[in-house]
Amino acid sequence: MVQVARSGTDGHDGMSEMDEIVKEFLVESNEGLDQLDRDLVALEKDPEEKDLLASIFRAIHTVKGTSGVLGFPKIESVAHVGESLLSRLRDGKMRLDPQITSGLLAMGDVLRELLGNIDALGVEGDRNVEPVVTRLSALLERTDSSKAADAATADTAPEARKKTTKRVAKKRSKAAVEPLSVAEASPAPASTLAADEAAQSGANLETSEARGPAVSANNIRVDVGLLDKMMNLVGELVLARNQILQYTGSQQDSGFVSAAQRLNLITTELQESVMKTRMQPIGNIWNKLPRLVRDLALSCGKQVRVEMDGAETELDKTIIEAIKDPLTHIVRNAVDHGLEMPEERRSTGKEAEGRLLLRAYHEGGQVNIEISDDGKGVDLEAVREKARQRGLVSAEQAARMSERELLNVLFLPGFSTAKQVTNISGRGVGMDVVKTNIEKIGGTVDLQSVEGKGTALKIKIPLTLAIIPALIATSGGERFAIPQVSLLELVRLEGDGVGKGIEYIHGAPVYRLRGSLLPLVSLNGVLGLDRKKQQEIANIVVLQADDRTFGLIVDEINDTEEIVVKPLSNLLKGLLCFAGATIMGDGTVALILDVMGLAQQASVVTELRDRAVKQMHARNEDGRMESEAWLLTRVGEEGRIAVPLSNVNRLEEFKLSSVEHSGGLEVVQYRGQIMPLVRLSQLLNLPGTDAGEVLPVIVTSQQGRSLGLVVDKIEDVTEQQIAVNRSNDRMYLQGSAVLQQRVTDLLDVHAVMASVCTEFKEVVNA
Amino acid sequence: MPEEPGMAQQFCTFYLDKLFFGVEVEKVQEVIRYHAMTRVPRAPEVVGGLINLRGQIVTAIDLRKRLEMAERAADRQPMNVVVRTDDGAVSLLVDEIGDVVEVEPSSFELPPETLAGETRKLISGVYKLDGRLLHAVDLGAVLQIAEARKVN
Repeated sequence: MVQVARSGTDGHDGMSEMDEIVKEFLVESNEGLDQLDRDLVALEKDPEEKDLLASIFRAIHTVKGTSGVLGFPKIESVAHVGESLLSRLRDGKMRLDPQITSGLLAMGDVLRELLGNIDALGVEGDRNVEPVVTRLSALLERTDSSKAADAATADTAPEARKKTTKRVAKKRSKAAVEPLSVAEASPAPASTLAADEAAQSGANLETSEARGPAVSANNIRVDVGLLDKMMNLVGELVLARNQILQYTGSQQDSGFVSAAQRLNLITTELQESVMKTRMQPIGNIWNKLPRLVRDLALSCGKQVRVEMDGAETELDKTIIEAIKDPLTHIVRNAVDHGLEMPEERRSTGKEAEGRLLLRAYHEGGQVNIEISDDGKGVDLEAVREKARQRGLVSAEQAARMSERELLNVLFLPGFSTAKQVTNISGRGVGMDVVKTNIEKIGGTVDLQSVEGKGTALKIKIPLTLAIIPALIATSGGERFAIPQVSLLELVRLEGDGVGKGIEYIHGAPVYRLRGSLLPLVSLNGVLGLDRKKQQEIANIVVLQADDRTFGLIVDEINDTEEIVVKPLSNLLKGLLCFAGATIMGDGTVALILDVMGLAQQASVVTELRDRAVKQMHARNEDGRMESEAWLLTRVGEEGRIAVPLSNVNRLEEFKLSSVEHSGGLEVVQYRGQIMPLVRLSQLLNLPGTDAGEVLPVIVTSQQGRSLGLVVDKIEDVTEQQIAVNRSNDRMYLQGSAVLQQRVTDLLDVHAVMASVCTEFKEVVNA
Repeated sequence: MPEEPGMAQQFCTFYLDKLFFGVEVEKVQEVIRYHAMTRVPRAPEVVGGLINLRGQIVTAIDLRKRLEMAERAADRQPMNVVVRTDDGAVSLLVDEIGDVVEVEPSSFELPPETLAGETRKLISGVYKLDGRLLHAVDLGAVLQIAEARKVN
């Protein structure tokens, strides 16, 4: 493609100009057809939407017109008959029914195929378009007999239309009618199509004038290859920047140092901007789903309504590509297995029409995508039975499996609960593939189901794959990058602690992390690197792989760094343990660990233990008692405040001198944002010590907004089951409980956040 | 690999333990000196490591190991012959770089039947030069490292 564009500057101008036009035609037509799919499905739900019909008509009209000019007769003939059908619909001479919709959708598919041929081969190819033309003509004929009377007016039609147009134009000034209604109002029997087109293109012009410039003046089409190249270059720049920053440390020259800092800032900003150019709304792939759902629902006799929330949520293009197939599969599954037949739904008191909700939103640097239906949910007993039959678990195990475990069974390869293999799903490609594909891009999948109420699948994926924060660790003399997404915490054992802290179960090392046993894996062991002799210090990197937690023992922890992910050559694709490689500040290459792969390689959690762990969780979910990790702090002289660890992003210390003021609030500059600080002693009216020069701060964040909670001292982390006494009715507190044998107030972070952020927003906006 | 008859072919040559090898010159992207390598644990033994070639991460294949030859003396640093493949650049670790030589297709012969082991599969043939033989490396075969099972 790029070459085609370039050749425009040399010899054969005429030819390449033509190529350009064809290329433009392909892009536009494909966009138009995608729009057509969406609009048709929407129109079927709401046949009165004249705008949609007009938009569909315009799309096909443009395809037909351009293909005629460029000399693609097959496209032209298909589009022509489709256009005739559409004009009949538009004029209200026909009503849209599922047959017509299907016919028009099929037309779109054929056109797409022809366009694909032109793109690949330069010609329309030998695709036989007769069947679809016949099909559409048949739909046209259906009405012709009943509308014979209209034909009588054919001769006078052009004349009549002129008047109509004028009349409508006048009417428009009175009532607010969209420009499109010019065309809609005009009567157009089949024989006057040509004249009608003229009028239509008039309307077309009008609308493109009205809408076109505003959009096109601010947008340009860019080749994805170019964006990829830019992303690579920015990656290089980030690396060069890291190198320079490393060098800056040993430099005295203040001019150089400040230039390096400026370079740092600009690079970060450039990186963000380029990243943004690669962002696409998830709607781009969602848009294909209503059509898919419609076809599916029609073929299995179900009624389904698709609802979307957050279609504008943006994701990196590569991630969009990667989740396309899994999403399609999940949606297929939901329609095929999840939603019931209309009668069945009615009999259980639901609307006949099933609801499929797609939701997407950003949260904590990740994108959450939820696909939920209000169908019958997963039949857990059927899963239990099937798991036993398939020999995935023993009969005894099957009987003991918890709800959560049973749901996890659905992700095992080769498992399908479909009573029979339908042409929609149950073809052996199942949820396991969905899960693997999502995990491949660093995401997680979680399935929730309530019997009789519906199923919800939650996917969490990173915003981008190209540049990620990572922890750098050294082991066996090599440096490795560990993606921060999988990182839970770091534990360092020194001296005696090493021997005492690490215990063995039948030779397998474990560590007691807040009361539960954490399996340990030595990175040197898994990778076959040189082991050091008995160590004085053990560094345990606690990692999360899927729903498993394990500790990775490394020789040394270095630092966290933004790294540019580069794929490994295909020569090395068989390696489970690595997700890619990156270039470090000093120019050497470091491998990026694939936490999932590592867990698999080390068979961290045997199935048995996996189950035991999960059962424990299940019990917690069932039981009244909540087990949660709490960060214990001292606030003021005596106050003991616990903050849920799940709300804690980071612990920081700020110098009193770095605190600035903005609209009566204390703020600090933190990671390029202005973060307000809240002194808990003041907020909770606890008699306070005068905090020293350094403020211990708990950073918490919600919807991308961070808030710093200033305490006097951070004391400990505890995880225990607590009985919350909620009688306590004080502001900003959830209640109190006994933690580590002392009565402790539990902070309600959300309440604090809400109150401060409103205040903060007002200040910022003012 | 022999081209059309009569067409002279250029080979980028290098040495491995005194033996004289060559790769078609148009497949070679560049020749560079020794580069620090990051080893890849668990990779096949023939993978020498990863090098940073101006921001591009390139996998280096140790040709000595690939051809089942004796290991390079520890004090000798290998050179990199970076070749282009469909899957990006790959570096071949060799002992020393020779000249670019022009060979006549007529001097080409298939490897003798007596040549045993892995080498036979990896050499497309030899060119008979004045006083020495040029082993033409079959790049495609050399890069099929999945077949070189041994793991680090």
